[in-house]
Amino acid sequence: MKVLVPVKRVLDYNLKVKVKSDQSGVDLSNLKMAMNPFCEIAVEEAVRLKEKGVVTEIVAVSIGPEQAQETIRTALAMGADRGILVKVDGDVEPLAVAKILKGIVEAESPQLVILGKQAIDDDANQTGQMLAALLGWPQGTFAFKIDVASDKVTVTREVDGGLQTVALNLPAIVTTDLRLNEPRYASLPNIMKAKKKPIDVKAAADYGVDTAPRLKVLKVTEPPKRQGGVKVKTVAELVDKLKNEAGVL
Amino acid sequence: MADDAGRRTQTITFDSLRPPSPFFTDSHHAWRASLRKFVDREIAPHVDAWDEAGAVPREVFKIAADFGLIGVGYPEQYGGWTEGVDRFHGVITSEEMARPGAGGVSAALMVHGIGLPPILAIGTEEMKAAIAPAVLSGEKQISLAITEPSGGSDVANLQTRATRRGDHYVVDGAKMFITGGMTSHYCTVAVRTGGPGAGGVSLLLIELDRPGVTRTPLKKQGWWASDTAALYFDGVEVPVANLIGVENQGFAGVMLNFNGERLGMASGALASARACIEDAAAWAQERRTFGKRLADHQVIRHKIAMMVQRVRASTAWLDLCAWRVQNGETPVVDLSLLKVQATETLEFCAREASQILGGAAYMRGQRIERIYREVRVNAIGGGSEEIMRDLAARQLGV
Ligand SMILES: Cc1cc2nc3c(=O)[nH]c(=O)nc-3n(C[C@H](O)[C@H](O)[C@H](O)COP(=O)(O)OP(=O)(O)OC[C@H]3O[C@@H](n4cnc5c(N)ncnc54)[C@H](O)[C@@H]3O)c2cc1C
Repeated sequence: MKVLVPVKRVLDYNLKVKVKSDQSGVDLSNLKMAMNPFCEIAVEEAVRLKEKGVVTEIVAVSIGPEQAQETIRTALAMGADRGILVKVDGDVEPLAVAKILKGIVEAESPQLVILGKQAIDDDANQTGQMLAALLGWPQGTFAFKIDVASDKVTVTREVDGGLQTVALNLPAIVTTDLRLNEPRYASLPNIMKAKKKPIDVKAAADYGVDTAPRLKVLKVTEPPKRQGGVKVKTVAELVDKLKNEAGVL
Repeated sequence: MADDAGRRTQTITFDSLRPPSPFFTDSHHAWRASLRKFVDREIAPHVDAWDEAGAVPREVFKIAADFGLIGVGYPEQYGGWTEGVDRFHGVITSEEMARPGAGGVSAALMVHGIGLPPILAIGTEEMKAAIAPAVLSGEKQISLAITEPSGGSDVANLQTRATRRGDHYVVDGAKMFITGGMTSHYCTVAVRTGGPGAGGVSLLLIELDRPGVTRTPLKKQGWWASDTAALYFDGVEVPVANLIGVENQGFAGVMLNFNGERLGMASGALASARACIEDAAAWAQERRTFGKRLADHQVIRHKIAMMVQRVRASTAWLDLCAWRVQNGETPVVDLSLLKVQATETLEFCAREASQILGGAAYMRGQRIERIYREVRVNAIGGGSEEIMRDLAARQLGV
């Protein structure tokens, strides 16, 4: 079985994001980029399925600038077999990503596409669902556990207040939640071996997709600074503040 | 150490403190990213416990070997791997291993880095095949014994004697301050087989379970997770086949190690200095005294600037030295003085960072406290400051 795993290049999750002074977006210049953590979980799951013998080939796809190759190399070092880079400069919105992925799915015919539930940069949480809709495939989002058996995939999903289990016919779309697995760190020899694995470079036009944004960002602002707390001396003072300042009583 | 959430809001970090290197490629960045995860998952959470226990658990050697840490730079036929690896991967490895402030853990895991190279460089095929795979898989450990109770700087005058008797050498003498001496299975030992001076020194592979070998653990200021021993050889019989290289030509084998070791020590020392600054800067921006943040007192701000100044300059030189070695040079003057520069920078930063933390810097469990205890072993081991300067001066023709 072939699995397709889209991986996105985002700002390293350890870094503090700064808003550009003209408020047009966040400043990414000279900052360390890394694979979106949810995508890492998706790669890990695919590699585990391969280790179990369920999956025979893992194709990692990234849609982004030239440097997104590094993100694909990370997936290859973790155990993916080959990569596809769809080179696009500038922002690509979820719908354009989903359309490109649809084109790749049609060309590659995977049985399963495992995506991160969202990317930590714009937190859209849309691509997997849109791809499922465009393909007319079943979807199991926010996966906590995945079991693949012949023509079915059983996905245990994280939903408000508990877990829900759905059985999907293959081919299907799965998106990963945080607790699905703990991604491995690539061994040092595997990082070197990954350099030799093939990466195809494509353009959005190869799939007939126009990536021009449909949304317009008006303004990006920092969240309000946290104010220091105050100590109250008496219960009466607390009640007074809750009533008259916080307005919650 | 500030917690992770705190660190995320900091702009002065271990990474931001390193000047950007023109020599780093994607492969180096990927290497650092993976090592970071390995260290954060397998090493950093345990450093205090291992330090207090005085040992790194045996199974960690296996985990490190599977990850590729132990075999990096060693021939593939013995279970190592060299393909695509250059000096900068080595620099990054030393830096990332230094980041948790646990030099003892690195010393324990990586001691084969001084014990094994002489065997691979000048040992027999049988010896390589018997030792290297066991060491590189993390199963066995090999140490290096040069220093003696009578001295370590003056290597050419070592006293431990190996006397040829038939197909054996009989070894008598003692070795001092040997890293991994208590736990290692093999030891590359410098012995005197000939007359006085460098021309009478040989290297001998000694299995440390041979009759006549006794070992005594030594307690020390830092590097607790790595054991250090005095080794005593009392009529120890060692087969002649254990001779590494040619008799009385062992001195060159000893010297083989040094340049790589100095680059590695400089990388580790400067990374430890960055760890000190990271913690001190985080603290200075949190802690309030006399109504304002510590960082708002000019004396403290300047301490931080002075530390950064030294780390930046030294690390840029480190990169240049690594680049020269990578291109086949052996810049002895630079490598020896770089080591001094790096350990003095570490000493300065460990001191100033400790001052910024105040009493907290003196408490166990702090990264700075551990690093402070490692300053001297960096400044003395692998060629002391005095010896490094003297070597450089001689090379300069002074
Ligand atoms: C934790 C630790 C681990 C170690 N691990 C190992 C190991 O695995 N294997 C090993 O072989 N050794 C090991 N060593 C020993 C280390 O290499 C020596 O301590 C070092 O080489 C210095 O030798 P020494 O201590 O005998 O000092 P000495 O050689 O006695 O020198 C004492 C002092 O005098 C200075 N000095 C010496 N000669 C001169 C001179 N000509 N001019 C000016 N100053 C001079 C030195 O710089 C030093 O400061 C270790 C040491 C430590 C602390």
